[in-house]
Amino acid sequence: MEKAKIDIEYVAKLARIELTEDEKATYSRQLGQILGYFERLSKIDVSGVEPSAHARAVYNVMRDDVEEPAMPVSEALMNAPKARDNQISVPKVVDDA
Amino acid sequence: MELYYKTISELEELLDSGEISAVELAKAFIDRKNAVDGKVGAFLSSDEGGLLAAAAESDARRARGQKRGALEGIPVGLKDVLAVRGQKLTCASKILENYVSPYTASSLEKLESRGGLFWGRLNMDEFAMGSSCENSAFKLTRNPWDLSRIPGGSSGGAAAAVAAGECAASLGSDTGGSIRQPASLCGVVGMKPTYGLVSRYGLAAFASSLDQIGPFARCVRDAAILLEAVAGHDPRDSTSVKTDIPDYAANLSLEAFKGKKIGLPKEYFSAGIDPEVRGIVEKAVSDCRALGAEVEEISLPHTDLAIPVYYIIATAEASSNLARYDGVRYTRRSPSTTDVIDMYFKSRAEGFGEEVKRRIILGSYVLSSGYYDAYYLRAQKVRTLIRRDFEDAFGRVDVIMTPTSPTTAFKIGEKTSDPLAMYLSDICTINVNLAGLPGISVPCGFSSEGLPVGLQMIGKAFDEQNLLSFAASYEAARGFDSREPNL
Repeated sequence: MEKAKIDIEYVAKLARIELTEDEKATYSRQLGQILGYFERLSKIDVSGVEPSAHARAVYNVMRDDVEEPAMPVSEALMNAPKARDNQISVPKVVDDA
Repeated sequence: MELYYKTISELEELLDSGEISAVELAKAFIDRKNAVDGKVGAFLSSDEGGLLAAAAESDARRARGQKRGALEGIPVGLKDVLAVRGQKLTCASKILENYVSPYTASSLEKLESRGGLFWGRLNMDEFAMGSSCENSAFKLTRNPWDLSRIPGGSSGGAAAAVAAGECAASLGSDTGGSIRQPASLCGVVGMKPTYGLVSRYGLAAFASSLDQIGPFARCVRDAAILLEAVAGHDPRDSTSVKTDIPDYAANLSLEAFKGKKIGLPKEYFSAGIDPEVRGIVEKAVSDCRALGAEVEEISLPHTDLAIPVYYIIATAEASSNLARYDGVRYTRRSPSTTDVIDMYFKSRAEGFGEEVKRRIILGSYVLSSGYYDAYYLRAQKVRTLIRRDFEDAFGRVDVIMTPTSPTTAFKIGEKTSDPLAMYLSDICTINVNLAGLPGISVPCGFSSEGLPVGLQMIGKAFDEQNLLSFAASYEAARGFDSREPNL
């Protein structure tokens, strides 16, 4: 782990969050400090240690493939910012050819 | 003593004998909430009409001899991270400010199946990210013991509401200490069960490998009653475990310490722990020893890696879980967007608060190409080492005791400008989540400033019964504490 310098514009883009110039400066500084604190991890010998994704691993929990009642469309859509014809509506994604 | 400070067992006796009705009890909590919540600020919303109607039904059931269970007629508050059909579910975030839940969390369904009554949504740090409740987008919650101080977090409202007598008990969620730390700072009992004991269906996800729902209560027995109600396998949460749930409250033993071994991890009694807190916790441990236990100093050598491991794993999981809040399906959508990508960026920028953005960005960073191995994968490996520390320790001792929080409640605004200092306030609790173990915070005294101190007891996985018995034994030995917050 090298001395971390966070490329805030790139990471904010990955996170899909628009940041103001002030936020960029503040987060860069704070995340730099936090990552600096994280450097103690690099000193630990983890060779041969298995990673834990969960405290208690559970694998392949299946249920019978039986149709069950689902949420009515009207309820599934009741929190949508915009909906019409039983569908969620969003700004245009693809331009006309 | 006022009704609103009685335990669930005491209230059930009064209800059973007909001395009070559930409607009268509901009114007592409504009056108390209206009298003090202007100062405490624990509630985001309360459903007075719904509570009174549900209480009337509860009275009718009792009159017919059809009590549902040990919570019949008891008003319970919910951290605003749990879904209640027809009620708002905001996670104290602007991005969900208008969201109304179309379904109910399993944990509330289970409480209701024992007669519990939903009474209001309680304030929290936005998306459960924080240790002081100051990250709520909607309001400040104050510590009932000193209104200039924070109640702890992230379940600050759930702890403060019980401490202030605004509800008999509450449910919160604990990802890195979010039940135990505010319980400690507010002087109530708070418990995080073993990962997998309580269904997370209907819990808005923060870090899915760490999140667990648990109770806040006035005493250990009440916590046992709530835990028994909400625990158990649920096909709707594939990480919930098939295990028998004993009647924890009925099986409580007050002689749990006889011939048992308490482990005191030296790393939790070192620098960084306020000396007064340490002294009060050490006194509590010696009280437990007096009940017939042996005390042994142990070592959990990877303790000081908890903060980096936790804040890497939790933020990585959060960056993924919170990707769903994008302005498309159910979140607030920015009104001024040019195209769909712009809509994501602006809706998230306008909807999330400062700490949530910080954590999503940190999580995106540790998962990003080139850093994944150095941060995320390495943190998962060290998580294994932390888990093994506890496994080794539990080969020798029956329960581990530590302070719940390194300090008593701090002042509002004291740590808001320094995220790292805020993160360090979770130092005693987060390893328990990383290891998936059960932990409980029990009140064990007051500082010279009159602020509550909590003793954390950590148990073996799925050994809630013994952990609750240890906690109840200590609580009984300490005796009833008549101190109440001055509100």
